[in-house]
Amino acid sequence: MAGRIRKIARRSFLVGSVAIAGGVAFGVYKFREVPPNPLEPTDGAIPLNPYVIINRDGVTIITPKAEMGQGVQSTWAALAAEELDVDWEDITVLHGPPAQAYFNSALFGEGIPGLAYKVGPTGAYIRDLAGGGAKLLSLQLTGGSTSTRDGYDKMRMAGATARETLKIVAARRLGVGLGEISTASGEVIARDGRRIPYADLAEEAAAIETPDVELRDPSTWRYLGKTMPRFDMIPKVTGTAKYAIDVRLPGMKFATVRMNPRRTGMISYDASAALAMEGVETVIDLGSGIAVVARNTWIAIQAAEAVEIVWDEPAYPKTTEALNALALTAFEQPANSTPRDEGDVDKPQDGTEIAAEYEAPWLAHATMEPMSSAALFSDGKLTLWSGAQAPILARDGAAEAIGIASEDVELIVPYLGGGYGRRSVADFSILAAKVAAAMPEVPVSVTWSREEDMRNDFYRPAAWGRFRGVVRDGQAIVLDGKIASTSVINDSSPPADPNEKQMGDRELVTGAWDQPNGIPNYRISGHTARTGAPVGYWRSVGASYGGFFFDTFIDELAHAAQRDPLQFRLEMARREHEPSAAVIEAVAEMSGWGKAVPEGTALGVGFTYSFGAAVAQVVQVSQRDRGISIDKVWIAADVGRALDPGNLEAQLSGGAIFGLSAAVMGEITFKDGIAEQQNFWDYDALRMHSAPATEVRVLESAYRISGVGEVGVPPAAPALGNALFRLTGQRARKLPFREAFNLLV
Amino acid sequence: MNRTLLINGKVHRVDLPDEVPLLWVLRDELGLTGTKYGCGVAACGACTVHMNGEAVRSCQVALGDVTGAIVTIEGLGTPERLSVLQQAWADHQVAQCGYCQSGQIMQAADLLARTQDPTDDEIDEAMQGNLCRCGTYPRIRAAIHDAAARMKAEG
Repeated sequence: MAGRIRKIARRSFLVGSVAIAGGVAFGVYKFREVPPNPLEPTDGAIPLNPYVIINRDGVTIITPKAEMGQGVQSTWAALAAEELDVDWEDITVLHGPPAQAYFNSALFGEGIPGLAYKVGPTGAYIRDLAGGGAKLLSLQLTGGSTSTRDGYDKMRMAGATARETLKIVAARRLGVGLGEISTASGEVIARDGRRIPYADLAEEAAAIETPDVELRDPSTWRYLGKTMPRFDMIPKVTGTAKYAIDVRLPGMKFATVRMNPRRTGMISYDASAALAMEGVETVIDLGSGIAVVARNTWIAIQAAEAVEIVWDEPAYPKTTEALNALALTAFEQPANSTPRDEGDVDKPQDGTEIAAEYEAPWLAHATMEPMSSAALFSDGKLTLWSGAQAPILARDGAAEAIGIASEDVELIVPYLGGGYGRRSVADFSILAAKVAAAMPEVPVSVTWSREEDMRNDFYRPAAWGRFRGVVRDGQAIVLDGKIASTSVINDSSPPADPNEKQMGDRELVTGAWDQPNGIPNYRISGHTARTGAPVGYWRSVGASYGGFFFDTFIDELAHAAQRDPLQFRLEMARREHEPSAAVIEAVAEMSGWGKAVPEGTALGVGFTYSFGAAVAQVVQVSQRDRGISIDKVWIAADVGRALDPGNLEAQLSGGAIFGLSAAVMGEITFKDGIAEQQNFWDYDALRMHSAPATEVRVLESAYRISGVGEVGVPPAAPALGNALFRLTGQRARKLPFREAFNLLV
Repeated sequence: MNRTLLINGKVHRVDLPDEVPLLWVLRDELGLTGTKYGCGVAACGACTVHMNGEAVRSCQVALGDVTGAIVTIEGLGTPERLSVLQQAWADHQVAQCGYCQSGQIMQAADLLARTQDPTDDEIDEAMQGNLCRCGTYPRIRAAIHDAAARMKAEG
């Protein structure tokens, strides 16, 4: 049965080819619906989303995924190159144009009810088919740790199809049988030694039907499974990598925007002082804010701050206290979702009962590159350079905002100076389009000031957890958790599909409802707060707080049961999900868990299953003269299959440090309806002296491959909090920890 | 006013108000975009360049205060000819989003110019003004140690 399902699953997309000028493109399209060809949409052509292009310039691999630091473009290239037999240094990688065809099928597979960690072959197939739903949302999204899963089969199939097609052409030309043909280093090689470069076969290859192909066995892999040098590395260490903020065109003007930080309209503005400043060209009314166009960005930012603006009132409570009080009323309403309800948590049980409340604050994304785009509106058409995580949304949003058709927008996605979910919102792309439309024929660079970026973010919503549980005979027998938060899926841009309610409510409690532990009476309920505040996807989304609440409570249960917290988790995981048990065991071994530690030093463990990956972390803290130091974090993760170990190590290590930064000091507060934090001096993160050393081990036993962009984040906060408890005896239940603990920062 | 700047060994003439920060002269007037804007208030280090051989935050150096030669990331090495430090950075695959890395490398170059074989504490001290939201610090540290060793070996 499993074999047949795999075969069907593989055929849920088709591989084909299409002729292009001077060559051939190989790609994939969904069999149920033929999407427009983003390359050359001509009548009668076979519409196809290209992944591999071969022409006189050689081999180009197209990845429709944003490179925001996670190495996705190199990993996607390796998937195709593995089958294509082309040398690493001969590959060119491009970010593909926005096209519905590049929907992210893996993302919406996760929307299917059921526990992801229980997915076997059948479940994986259903999830993959359900992935078609992403297309409805026009999400060519880079996010949710889904890229690797999305590209795993498609890119390899595209590469294999290209190889086999080129072989057929070569065999015909050389007059030999297919069996006498092999490929290496971008050439087809006949047994007699004759060689033909792929480029010379490309045009002819476009004319023949693509054959059925088999994917290579992983044991023969040459790129996959090995650490490959990233294509973006040399550009990034020489300052030559181009981000949207770096686009420079002849005659370019430099702009910045100042939008209502209360997220409503603008009553009036007075730009006279700004217009009088040297170097200022013009001030543009954007409806809910203004743009200043100037000779350079600095002048634009100075002038924008000099514009006197009367903002409308916000549509949400003005202070953190009022906002949070409103959110907390969600607990007084019936639960909006209870995705997990096993046994009977309300039945009285003998044993030790404990209860705890947790809190997580609002958070900003604070990407190093502030929101920025470049745009040129010329002859009724828009060229837009924007680091969009959801390029179709950005393109369509920009088109609609300036009243042109989507086809008249060319969107170019350069490197992203950090994304973490922020750049999935189209706002900054739309504003750049509006500025360009007001300045026809003039290329404009639109850069937000750091302050604008901070006060006009779409924040990770604050959240609260109320948990109770019972332990008896060293075992957890009841866990009953309620979580209240603003629903990111329901309230953020983009608006979601008809399933949004269910999905939004489930995401609200992710990291808590979906954990493998086999507690017999286990219920998690979500209470959806309707705050109206601007919220958005933040690296690991609901699991960023759900994982903290849940796993800290597990630690509290272990303590109440007088058990070792790691053994307690291990025993529970083993009942339910072997890969989860394996990562807990691995991190125990790596950290020397259970051995004596020096005086003033303590270890804490954290575990979260999220985005299809089980991740365990152990954090070591120590008491120093000036405060508590976070010395080290050991990380073990099961990703199903490790495509690039070095990149996985970087993502998991960086994810943990990102999570620890938020856990230690991340907090956005509101006053007068505006985020109070302005810049990195009051919204900081861990730095060289305060970041821990990291050690990563990657396991490969899970049934499905998973990405790792998000999954390093959720266990970091509970691991640190649990370590702080063991060091100080004080429970860390409220984020950020810096408020209650003297952490060295 | 008219000023002459020596940047990466080349002379540039600019006509701008004295108070415009060097960062924006580099990026918007001269097209040297390797130096990055992150905060504008010397809180992140993304704009770090060398002035007279010393690391400075170019967002805090007004054009009128520029004295002496400027070196930016573009002057440290090129893709075809990496500096030892950039080579170590590439070998350790340090960058993720990469946006802060120009500043990190310029700061590290300053450290290694003063301290041949820096200890971890010296690295902490020198690098703590440079923020990296992707959390690449462990690899930055490894690359600095590695570069120090290579420079020593090369004499």
